Amino acid sequence: MQGGHDLGGKQGLGPINPESEAEEPVFHADWERRIFALTLATGMLGKWNIDQSRFARERQHPINYLENSYYENWYEGVSKLLVENGLISEAELFSGASQQMVSREFRVPTREDVKKILSSGGPTEMWLDLEPVFSVGDYVRVERNFTHGHSRAPTYVQGCVGEIEIHHGGHIFPDKNVEGQFSGEHLYAVRFSGKELWRSDIGNDEVVIDLWEPYLRSSN
Amino acid sequence: MPNDHDHDHTEPPSDIVLKVKALESLLVEKGLVNAAALDEIIETYEHKVGPRNGAHLVAKAWHDSDFKQELLENPTEAAAALGYAGRQGEHLQVVENTPSQHNLVVCTLCSCYPWTVLGLPPAWYKSAPYRSRAVSEPRSVLREFGTELENEVVIRVWDSTSEMRYLVLPLRPTGTDGWTEAQLQQLVTRNSMIGVELAKSPAIINQNNQGID
Repeated sequence: MQGGHDLGGKQGLGPINPESEAEEPVFHADWERRIFALTLATGMLGKWNIDQSRFARERQHPINYLENSYYENWYEGVSKLLVENGLISEAELFSGASQQMVSREFRVPTREDVKKILSSGGPTEMWLDLEPVFSVGDYVRVERNFTHGHSRAPTYVQGCVGEIEIHHGGHIFPDKNVEGQFSGEHLYAVRFSGKELWRSDIGNDEVVIDLWEPYLRSSN
Repeated sequence: MPNDHDHDHTEPPSDIVLKVKALESLLVEKGLVNAAALDEIIETYEHKVGPRNGAHLVAKAWHDSDFKQELLENPTEAAAALGYAGRQGEHLQVVENTPSQHNLVVCTLCSCYPWTVLGLPPAWYKSAPYRSRAVSEPRSVLREFGTELENEVVIRVWDSTSEMRYLVLPLRPTGTDGWTEAQLQQLVTRNSMIGVELAKSPAIINQNNQGID
């Protein structure tokens, strides 16, 4: 969906004003630390995947998405997932008081489990029987995409022509993963000239972006 | 911590503090999270995993050309061999700066970032201004970080839309011949591995070390 999160090339959002590297803390307030940990820990219950987690943050009114700070959007995302998956009720969320215990047939990770999960990660590369349609050097056009679902083809590359730079192999396809369907597609790094994307006097600068095969069609 | 600027991450409305506190006590009461597990997550990303990991890789690559080749060809494995593996670093790509090409990393759709080698991203990396402008006006973004590149140098911006995680291998600064890996590591900043800055000049680090070229 082309929500508030789809920010590439948007204008009028102001200066970056970066904090200096030497002075910036990892977290700026204790509640950020807590919501970060709560999001990772509840994610480890295995009730939702990374694309469902991203989509939960994206499914907000764009004004709210942009007005919220980064970790406020994490709160919005994880509380939505907890309610939608029946782990908590809205009434419990608002009151903070438990009204009903959940029957659990899943494991709540301990400290030792967390160590293992964080250090092993969750690779998304998949072996695919189908050969890749495109090869390095091929020209491809990104399809227009007006899905209301979750997708990882940003608006700013849609309709533009780029060149396949790298074939990353098969990877879990976010557009299906968000629906709980575990399937893979070939993934490519596609290089676009700034002139193609922005049609301005941008010189020779370029953008390389990872795109899955279903987003692309041949433009040789 | 300095709070005199108007970043959106500072001074949250107090109700987010209360909302998060309520959520945590609810989840603990319902047995859906384990308090020690939460501590482990926070300790890992606040104290253990951070940009020193990436700086180690970069300095080693500058110092040892065999390792550099390995890092460019099999980055996930090369990082894992030094103990840097796990969540948000499952599929690393290392992109090398050259005299004619400068690399810059962004995630326009969210905040994808190579946690295993850089830790959690800084607030500005996750902000709407950086995410919107890095792809469309990289030179003005770099200028905000005090980085000015020659017009002949092509900027290649990597937008991390997938689970591939990009790390910039900065150019080794001139005037560092004969430096040890440990000395070189001091020149590698987090920002240089995102690509918004160059590695530090040796003059800044070692003004008194006249014996080094």
